[in-house]
Amino acid sequence: MIKIFKTIWKWLDDRLGISVLISPALHIAPQDAKWWYVFGSATLCAFIIQVASGVALAFSYIPSSSQAYETLQFITNVAPFGRFLRGLHYYGASAMVLMIGAHMAQTFLFGAYKFPREMTWTTGICLLAFTLGMGFTGQLLRWDSTAAWSVVVAAEQAGRVPLIGNWLAQIILGGTSIGGATLSRFFAIHVFVLPGIMFAFIGLHLWLVMRHGISEPPVAGKPVDPATYRAEYEELLKKSGKPFWPDLAWRDVVVTTGLVIAIALAAFFVGPPALDRPPDPSILAADPRPDWYLLWYFGLLSLIPERIEGYVMIGFPILIGLCLLFVPIWNHKGERAASRRPWAIASVCLAVIMIGALWWEGQHSPWSPNFEAQPLTEKVVGATTGSVFEGGRLFHDKGCLNCHLIQGNGGRRGPELTYIADKLTRDNLVIRIVNGGTNMPAYGPSLKPGELDALVAFLETRKRPFPTGAQTNNAASSVSATMK
Amino acid sequence: MNTSLTESSTASLAQTPEDISKRRFFEKLSIALIGLCSAIVGVPLVGFIVAPFFRKPPENWVTIGKSNEFQIGKTVAVTVTDPSPLPWAGVTAKSGVWLRRVSEDSFIAFSANCTHLGCPVRWLEGADLFMCPCHGGVYYRDGKVAAGPPPLPLFRYDVRVADGEVQMKQAIVPISTTL
Repeated sequence: MIKIFKTIWKWLDDRLGISVLISPALHIAPQDAKWWYVFGSATLCAFIIQVASGVALAFSYIPSSSQAYETLQFITNVAPFGRFLRGLHYYGASAMVLMIGAHMAQTFLFGAYKFPREMTWTTGICLLAFTLGMGFTGQLLRWDSTAAWSVVVAAEQAGRVPLIGNWLAQIILGGTSIGGATLSRFFAIHVFVLPGIMFAFIGLHLWLVMRHGISEPPVAGKPVDPATYRAEYEELLKKSGKPFWPDLAWRDVVVTTGLVIAIALAAFFVGPPALDRPPDPSILAADPRPDWYLLWYFGLLSLIPERIEGYVMIGFPILIGLCLLFVPIWNHKGERAASRRPWAIASVCLAVIMIGALWWEGQHSPWSPNFEAQPLTEKVVGATTGSVFEGGRLFHDKGCLNCHLIQGNGGRRGPELTYIADKLTRDNLVIRIVNGGTNMPAYGPSLKPGELDALVAFLETRKRPFPTGAQTNNAASSVSATMK
Repeated sequence: MNTSLTESSTASLAQTPEDISKRRFFEKLSIALIGLCSAIVGVPLVGFIVAPFFRKPPENWVTIGKSNEFQIGKTVAVTVTDPSPLPWAGVTAKSGVWLRRVSEDSFIAFSANCTHLGCPVRWLEGADLFMCPCHGGVYYRDGKVAAGPPPLPLFRYDVRVADGEVQMKQAIVPISTTL
């Protein structure tokens, strides 16, 4: 029996070349390439999950502007395993972004982008860009209100590009407005164009890994010299190299197994992101936000000064992309060890802190008005009748509460006004309300007689409560400070 | 195996000037034919994808409602439906527009898109302001920028009153191309 199987195997191997096909997995790699080297495989694993779950979802998803939302509801609520598959696709995307980031950071810190692996790094950067492109287009295929308005935001951003901005915006919208052509274009890009390009680049990336070998862990004081590196690397492999499969690959398998389990658990217990309202552009109560992996960029654009916003919007991604692409060109030799490259450690730390901080800001979006702010309670207002009470009501009705915080109620776009009367006099309050400011509209023309007085009366009561006994002294010092 | 086949083929190649000339001809012929095939397939393919972007948007007048349905001094959200949408457009054929009746025969139709990044602005009746949920752009009732990052006033669509009906030019997404 075994003999028959062996004969069949030999025939198949001869005709199909299976041994030749899988031989790269048996290539010799440095034996010290251990746990730090698992992120590339983990990224590939996440990509495979994306392809598999994406193909499965495409069995039920209809990429039509009129039906996609309903099919998503069917997939999520009716189809067996549909909710799980959507979750798998969402958390698979998140895992892919995280793993590709970790892979990039590890490669950078180990100096593995240096000679002769410059193009391996470059193809990896291209794959990072395609992955983010997949993330963005994938969010739009979740064809709900947020997705539809996100397309508009993307078109507006593209519109800032000089000369061809309007044309780019039309490409994104699929015309001059959201419509039937919008979704099917993104579907084609997400399902055919980008994955096709990614398959090619992953193939190229892996080919380059085979061609130049897995980089050995860096050793401080042993710089890369292009003249001698290849011979040294060959010598290292002869001396202490091990076959990638299974001596080194088992760690990749362990980590990717953990990743698959984590993704599956998140898909099962947390589930996919909830669908917003239907993608009806006439529903104006929408608040589009990017998925978490682009939230930091949303935060960045919200925090930079408005006068340079357009330049940053276009220039920042290009600048970062060029920097990453050209890192191995201007730094292709010399020390690889992170301990001898403090700027490398600083760059990675800075990038992580910057992205983390901007993500946090993007998540909380203090610059966004709070449209859910409820009218202030009588307890907060501190009156049930009179001008203070009326001012408290107006503070909500005039939209002040959308941007200002009063005792934990309201928005955070403007300064908190809980104790504003400690800082501003009545005259100052009147000037601010009537004339507005950079981020505050001038209310003068729209306030009816008496409304300004009521608002000011309410704000004048927003004082810090003084401890008994200290009130007199503090009041005296406040008056003194005002007079100064 | 493939390598050895290639090597043996290369080694056995005849190198006479006539063969080289013939080989060059075949090479050029093949490249030209590949180019021709690519053009036959590629031109209509690219044309199919990009042609819609060169199509001038239709300038249809769309009826919003009877003029007596709108109060003077009030701003309301109206839904405008694309009169000739793609058959599968569904709800995406609709657009939201803010319509303000200024006087007996004067209306302003504002685009709902914030001129900052296109998010849908909301009308705050009590405040007499438009406010954007994304970055806090604020506009006065006439669409002028009141606060925040918007670089331009709210875009206005052409509006007319005909036979007692308020009509506006088809709603497109206005793209703010200012840097």
